[in-house]
Amino acid sequence: MAQPSNSMRTPLAKARGLGSAKSGVHHWWYQRLTAIAMVPLVLSAIYLIFRIAGSDYNQAISLLQNPFHAAILLLLIIIGFWHCMLGIQVVIEDYVGSEWGRILSIMVVKAILILLATLSALSLLKIVSI
Amino acid sequence: MAEFTLPTHSKVTKGDFFPAKKTAENVKTFSIYRWSPEDDNNPRMDDFEVDLDECGPMVLDALIKIKSEVDSSLTFRRSCREGICGSCSMNIDGTNTLACLKAIEDVKGDVKIYPLPHMPVVKDLVPDLTHAYAQLTSIEPWLKADTPAPEGKERKQSPEERQEIDGMWECVLCFSCTTSCPSYWWNGDRYLGPAVLLQAYRWIADSRDEYTGERLDALEDPFRLYRCHTIMNCAKTCPKGLNPGKAIGEIKKKMLERQS
Repeated sequence: MAQPSNSMRTPLAKARGLGSAKSGVHHWWYQRLTAIAMVPLVLSAIYLIFRIAGSDYNQAISLLQNPFHAAILLLLIIIGFWHCMLGIQVVIEDYVGSEWGRILSIMVVKAILILLATLSALSLLKIVSI
Repeated sequence: MAEFTLPTHSKVTKGDFFPAKKTAENVKTFSIYRWSPEDDNNPRMDDFEVDLDECGPMVLDALIKIKSEVDSSLTFRRSCREGICGSCSMNIDGTNTLACLKAIEDVKGDVKIYPLPHMPVVKDLVPDLTHAYAQLTSIEPWLKADTPAPEGKERKQSPEERQEIDGMWECVLCFSCTTSCPSYWWNGDRYLGPAVLLQAYRWIADSRDEYTGERLDALEDPFRLYRCHTIMNCAKTCPKGLNPGKAIGEIKKKMLERQS
């Protein structure tokens, strides 16, 4: 909590600040869970990309229309962007000093990532439903 | 935002040179950060040559020798000179440590000595630890129990329960770890830092304490606890060989444990 330099609050009052937010454990845990989930997802996505690269247009479409393949890519989009959001929030909290700068930049980044995730998911669904 | 250069008045300049006696054969240079609130000068690095044949083995011995024989205005904290009081913590040869436990012969080249990093400086090697001490007070580092102690007796714990606090009760609160932590540098106003979190876990892990839940409540916070990104400078720098990073990991595990 930012304090004016002429503050006469006691050191203990400054250390206690606004108290505990009573949250953080979920953010921390889901950052790790999504990281672990991305390992098999990214590996299978790489495998898929190589198969698509070696196919013609129709083969590629039918590869993506396999529900398991589509599920891998959709989950990668959701979990990947989720992990990205959690990670960037940590970076902003680490390095942006002012409260409002922090709150605002986290909001903007989240909005952009949600937009990108939605666009990616819709693009995939569009291919799948051709 | 983080600052990448020092403010103009904090830029460190070259200071004075104090040569050893011509007859000295085993000379080592101690380059020491000097700053006084009593003038408007920038901080400076004074170089003191010390005859090691007439000096004790530890960096603190050299500091005391310089203070008593060369420059009595050199200011630093020290008390027990054997690694128990935690007073003489400072940055020596690039690492936070206790001057009394750091052997001069372990330092190659000149011995560069700075105050603990990223804290306000009171004078020379004395950092202002007011906020860090207040943070320690804020975690209430004492036994809290509603059950009265057995009449005229101590509160008991099994040998296994007692072992739980090994590696934590040894901490001398020198704050070498806290001031080595980048997360504490950037967010020390709210992040408690490794020393205080180690103490917090010392009381969470104490089988006699009855306020574990409240202690965890008070720590569950994106800044107080979760600014720790397991950088591990704390464990690397601890002059007592303790591992605050592990204690913080144990707190995070307990946080998760009570969720499911």
